[in-house]
Amino acid sequence: MSGEEAPVWRPSVTPTRAVVTRDSRPRLPRHVVLRHDPARDRWLILVPERVLIPEPTAVVLLQEADGQRTVAEIAAHLAQTYAADAAVIEADAIEMFQDMSDRGFLTLVSEG
Amino acid sequence: MDEILAQDEFALVTRKGDTAKADYGIPLAVLVELTHRCPLQCPYCSNPVELEASGKELSTEEWLRVIDELAEIGVLQIHFSGGEPTVRKDLVQLVQRAHDVGLYSNLITSAVMLSRDKLQALADAGLNHVQISVQGANAAMADRVGGFKNGHAKKLEVAAWVHEMGLPLTVNAVMHRQNLPQLPEIIDLALQLRAQRLEVANVQYYGWALKNRASLMPSREQMDRATAIVESARSQLHGIMEIDYVIPDYYAERPKQCMGGWGRQFFNISPAGKVLPCHAAESITGLEFDSVRGNKSIRWIWDNSEAFNAYRGTGWMPEPCQSCEFKEIDFGGCRCQAFALTGKAGNTDPACAKSPHHKRIFEAALESAGGSDSFIYRNFSGGTPETDKA
Repeated sequence: MSGEEAPVWRPSVTPTRAVVTRDSRPRLPRHVVLRHDPARDRWLILVPERVLIPEPTAVVLLQEADGQRTVAEIAAHLAQTYAADAAVIEADAIEMFQDMSDRGFLTLVSEG
Repeated sequence: MDEILAQDEFALVTRKGDTAKADYGIPLAVLVELTHRCPLQCPYCSNPVELEASGKELSTEEWLRVIDELAEIGVLQIHFSGGEPTVRKDLVQLVQRAHDVGLYSNLITSAVMLSRDKLQALADAGLNHVQISVQGANAAMADRVGGFKNGHAKKLEVAAWVHEMGLPLTVNAVMHRQNLPQLPEIIDLALQLRAQRLEVANVQYYGWALKNRASLMPSREQMDRATAIVESARSQLHGIMEIDYVIPDYYAERPKQCMGGWGRQFFNISPAGKVLPCHAAESITGLEFDSVRGNKSIRWIWDNSEAFNAYRGTGWMPEPCQSCEFKEIDFGGCRCQAFALTGKAGNTDPACAKSPHHKRIFEAALESAGGSDSFIYRNFSGGTPETDKA
């Protein structure tokens, strides 16, 4: 390919990336299963072709992701439970949920 | 919080209470080949060249017992594969049982035999994920590669149902010299089918694919172009569709970590119930494989059988593996490839540039590639040349 431009891929449709905000209502889709595994004594996330080991903070957040409550409501609830700053939890939560969403591991339930 | 995930490569093979690095752990996932029957005849099929006849297949009761046993020993995921797994009339029942005992289930299918009702029944039974193969971007290419008329159109129909039913979809595109020019359209197709994931999996040359190597092996220029296209697509699809990309061993400097290491975290069960370290392991002559039909438990086979222990960990390795800094990363590569190409399964995978066989075998193979485009189709009679069919 020397001398040629690197080939560029062009989609026929313009895809959009889901963006997580404090008003998003996240839940785990069917293909993402969070469970505690007694045999290995670990929390695990099962996804297609892989098994992921979540950090303890991610476990707590994902357990709260019920598709009913917003990220802001989840953060407020956790702030109360752990006597922590809601704004800090909310920022962490948005970052973690966005990362999960970008991997195709999160559904954002639309309102109404 | 920088990372959702722990980055310890050995964490998943560690059992409760273990502190040291383990050679192997509780298996994470099992690929069950329910049958070798398949309406497609792809010339790179990953099934063994000697297919198991339908009369030898495990019964429904036997598979149900196997599924229970897998869950009991701590297996997390089950991949229902084949052949074509939807050929089995009891598939819904098996998926239901996997769901009931807490196994994460994945269906690996060509989709050509799925009706809407059957797919709905699988979804209702708790299926977690569907993977549909495509052989090209259009019917002309795809139906010729699969050796099955109207297969491509049927796949598109089923993929649309998968989306409608809220099931997650991975598109698996097996790539080779003849369909690599369609890669941009294949990525676009996966996007239109609303796949969450696309596997751009270049053919790996064992079994049927090794028979067809001359008609499938891509050129270096094709590989470079494919890699650039995948990178371009990935940069535009971040957060939309994930692309897994596997290049053929022949163009890699280092071998693949085959099966995550022999007998380390995965195994396969053949249609007749043989418990195998990988889907091609039976090609290694001289290894004995235990069956779920024998009097031994799957747990016993995993821990104690000769076949699983033969190439487990790093103790068996010859040089240059033994002193190699990557030995716990690639685990010496693929045993089946070492056997097929060097005659000895205990040799370093010749895919590795450090293998004394690498130059002779791999460079010769690349030189010989690019002959006829004609396939030898996969079937129960050892293969049929494409020209004989026309």
